[in-house]
Amino acid sequence: MRKVAIISYGLTKVDKHWNKSLRELFGEAAKKALNEIEIPSIDAIIVGNMCASDLSDQNNIGSILADYIGAIPTTAYRVESACGSGGAALLSGFTCVASGMFDIVMVGGVEKLTDGIGKETTYSLGKAADAEYELFYGSSFVSLNALMMNRYMHVYKTPREAFADFAVLMHKNGAKNPYAQLPFEISRETVLNSETIADPIKLYDCAPVGDGAAVVILCPLEDAPKYSDTFVEICGISGATDTINVSSREDLLSLKSTITAGMKAYKMAKMSPADIDVAEIHDTFTITAALSLEDLGFAEKGKFDKMMSEGTFEPGGIVSINPSGGLKSRGHPVGATGIYQAAEISMQLTERADKMQVPNAEVGLIQNIGGSGSNTYVAIMRRCR
Amino acid sequence: MSVPRYWREIPQRTRLEGQKCGRCGTVNYPPRARCLKCGSTSLEQYRLPEKGSLISFTIVRNPPVGFERNAPYALGLIELEDGTRITAQITDVELDDLRIGMPVESVFRKVSEDGDAGIIRYAIKFRPIFYNP
Repeated sequence: MRKVAIISYGLTKVDKHWNKSLRELFGEAAKKALNEIEIPSIDAIIVGNMCASDLSDQNNIGSILADYIGAIPTTAYRVESACGSGGAALLSGFTCVASGMFDIVMVGGVEKLTDGIGKETTYSLGKAADAEYELFYGSSFVSLNALMMNRYMHVYKTPREAFADFAVLMHKNGAKNPYAQLPFEISRETVLNSETIADPIKLYDCAPVGDGAAVVILCPLEDAPKYSDTFVEICGISGATDTINVSSREDLLSLKSTITAGMKAYKMAKMSPADIDVAEIHDTFTITAALSLEDLGFAEKGKFDKMMSEGTFEPGGIVSINPSGGLKSRGHPVGATGIYQAAEISMQLTERADKMQVPNAEVGLIQNIGGSGSNTYVAIMRRCR
Repeated sequence: MSVPRYWREIPQRTRLEGQKCGRCGTVNYPPRARCLKCGSTSLEQYRLPEKGSLISFTIVRNPPVGFERNAPYALGLIELEDGTRITAQITDVELDDLRIGMPVESVFRKVSEDGDAGIIRYAIKFRPIFYNP
């Protein structure tokens, strides 16, 4: 298997981009990534997206995007695994390059959530859950996560404020991110006094709805110096699944897909959680962050709040968590989120993160979840000198 | 939703029919092609117990499409007497009285409908046992 590098990235600000279409957003990110490097061709475009068929009435987006960015006749297709679509695209792109099938692969993610109106968007996002056995009964994406949060607080007696404090940290980080959808600081009271969506989840426990596109360009590590001076190696990557129904899980307070994908990625990189300097984790809700921190090995089970109060996850802490502001503040352009994370870790490891920069970041990790934990992709990246 | 898509799930949704694995004894609900735990295909039809307890709940205040008229309503995770878990609405309860650990039993209820002339969907919900308001 060949080693794989990320040689370039491009992002749009996550926002409600009323004046830009799906293809325009993707084109913006792709142009930025291509402007950084000189490459002979693009052998494949693999794009993560969840909601285009529902909200933009568009399937077949591989062809649309290849056409729009002038890359015909390249291979191009979309992959979908709900919010994990970006991670799935990254794994597909990695596999294509590592196997020798393709040399230069553009891996992207794009989402136009504002092409739907309110309820349509919520409904489309809800389809990450089991349509026949969860949605049928009136569950929504938020309420399924609320079931986990209520159980967590019951079992571990975690104070409600601890979850609010995670959101506060995310907004503090995101305030420094030029690509963030909600780049402002908040207080604990902002969270606690916000509207209840599904008890105990409040509005400020949730990632916002926004549009965005992100692109990373992959090539064999040995070729990377030909195209770029600033590249990182993807030294571990994996994906795993868990039951689509939250109710079928053996342990309601573990994301088994995250544990499995994490262990495989750590093993492939020959690393452990202690080696990670900076991570972009999938905090769709504050409860998702708590479970993710524990299941990636950054916090003991049931004790994310204790570690957080000790400053473990702050920029420059033992492991800097979401210097971008995470899904909470940077935003969650669903199928693009995993690629935002990959681009953000590339930025950190090549010291191009400006005000978000974490000191001495050598190794970074991304974790991208689909559904309420029914799939997870984890990738570990290393600085190259 | 087409009518067949609704009726083919009737055994599971109205009679709580799942499967028991002939090899490892695991109860699969909803049914699967191979056992979730051991991968065996020797799965026999099995009816879940009708009683259990509430292991988590939430109150849906921002309902999905089709449930607007019901909100706010309670959604629960129920652990049945044999340990099988199921997601369902909790009914016949004051929302403030919901507690984790509360004993519950299944009841047959209307869940949603497709407008005035579409299909009416029924399924199992759960209600507290010995509940006195």
